[in-house]
Amino acid sequence: MIVAENLQKSYEGLDVLRGVSLTVNKGDVVCLVGPSGCGKSTFLRCLTRLEEPTGGKVYLDGVEVTEKDIDKTRAKMGMVFQHFNLFPHLTVKRNITLAPTRLHRMTKDQADKRAMELLERIGLADKADAYPSSLSGGQKQRIAIARALAMDPEVLLFDEPTSALDPEMVGEVLDLMRDLAHEGMTMAVVTHEMGFAREVASRVIFMDSGKILEENSPSELFDHPQNPRTQLFLSKVL
Amino acid sequence: MDLAAQFEALSELARSGGELTFWQDFFVKFYQAFIESDRWLQYLEGVGTTLVVTAAALALGVILGSVVALVRVTHDQQRVGHKNPVLGFFNLICKVYSTVIRGTPMMVQLLIMSMVVFASSRDFTLIGALSLGINSGAYVSEIIRGGLMAVDPGQMEAGRSLGLNYTTTMFLVVVPQAIKSVLPSLGNEFIILLKDTSLITVIGGKELLYAAQGVMNRTYEAMFPLLGTAAIYLVLVMIFTWLLGKLERRLRQSDRR
Repeated sequence: MIVAENLQKSYEGLDVLRGVSLTVNKGDVVCLVGPSGCGKSTFLRCLTRLEEPTGGKVYLDGVEVTEKDIDKTRAKMGMVFQHFNLFPHLTVKRNITLAPTRLHRMTKDQADKRAMELLERIGLADKADAYPSSLSGGQKQRIAIARALAMDPEVLLFDEPTSALDPEMVGEVLDLMRDLAHEGMTMAVVTHEMGFAREVASRVIFMDSGKILEENSPSELFDHPQNPRTQLFLSKVL
Repeated sequence: MDLAAQFEALSELARSGGELTFWQDFFVKFYQAFIESDRWLQYLEGVGTTLVVTAAALALGVILGSVVALVRVTHDQQRVGHKNPVLGFFNLICKVYSTVIRGTPMMVQLLIMSMVVFASSRDFTLIGALSLGINSGAYVSEIIRGGLMAVDPGQMEAGRSLGLNYTTTMFLVVVPQAIKSVLPSLGNEFIILLKDTSLITVIGGKELLYAAQGVMNRTYEAMFPLLGTAAIYLVLVMIFTWLLGKLERRLRQSDRR
């Protein structure tokens, strides 16, 4: 579904991505782990061209992702951010319905109905008319996920979705992500939650200094890491 | 004895060389400045013009400022290597505009507008409003630009990630958040503008200070017309400051929803 070919990114001479190739198939849950600053977030952002790669190509369903049709591509690739990025001036429901109605995917009534279904599902239907500032971090992130789901994306990209949360709120977000994974949602997740990666991922990617060093099933990668850098990293975090 | 008769009697006394007490003198000059020949009407007309000029200049300034700010922010947010040449051209014009306007004195701009650009026009009040609006636009553009840039870049990213294009995200997500943060500064700009309207007296715009000068020329007395003018500006500014305070409090309330 998503194919990244030799992606490169450098900022003013600093190489952040040094040729990353990855294929995410339909139904895959790919977790990207690695030390801070290793380029995993940049890689994820390059997939939807929130960062423009300096080299390499990305294909979505066999079609190259370019700047020209980027809005259509992004509608198919939902993105969930570390800091939620909910729209603070809009109600929860309007946050969810904004894009579907503006892009004429649905009428206002359909979008409202869909938003309520999604809110029902994440257990926040009573917050439909609240503003984001009155919600907890975990609630915000679940609504951000619902907002991405409202566009019926083919794949969801998560950029450290639990890193900005209080520890007690991490669980509710991971639970929702786990449910989505079990329903067959295609997901690429940049995360520091090794437990989640081990349990939910179909593949785990270990990245460091802009390169993929190891790629394997979670049990293999966590229990029998091959690369010495992976071993060192895991020995510190597990 | 009514005021008019008392005024007549006292001025007669002064003309014939009689000594007036401090309070008698005060009364005569005050009466001359504001009441004689219904002069207060001139001040009132002046205040009306001042307010109209302020409103017109503010409207022009906000429109100009918004356009300039949007052009500049849109230009600056383009990615390296993807600069649109048309936008670059407009950006250059906007930059020249704000550099020239902010780099030259308002008084000089007013004189140039009335004596060079519109040398043949006699509608000095309109020219004054136009010059003030153009001047204010340069400052407003910087205020709005600051407000737009202060919105978390994640907001733009979130909008774009949902498949909304740049313009839609700008107007539905970024601008509404920026408006709230720039309102206090815009209010301040409005107060500055209100006081700066007094400058158009120099080119013959018939606002409040112009009215006061008219009275000064008639009575050869400067103190009361000028103090009166100052007092009127002060009251106007205090009223608007109070109104702005109320507005800000209301906006802050919506943060606590």
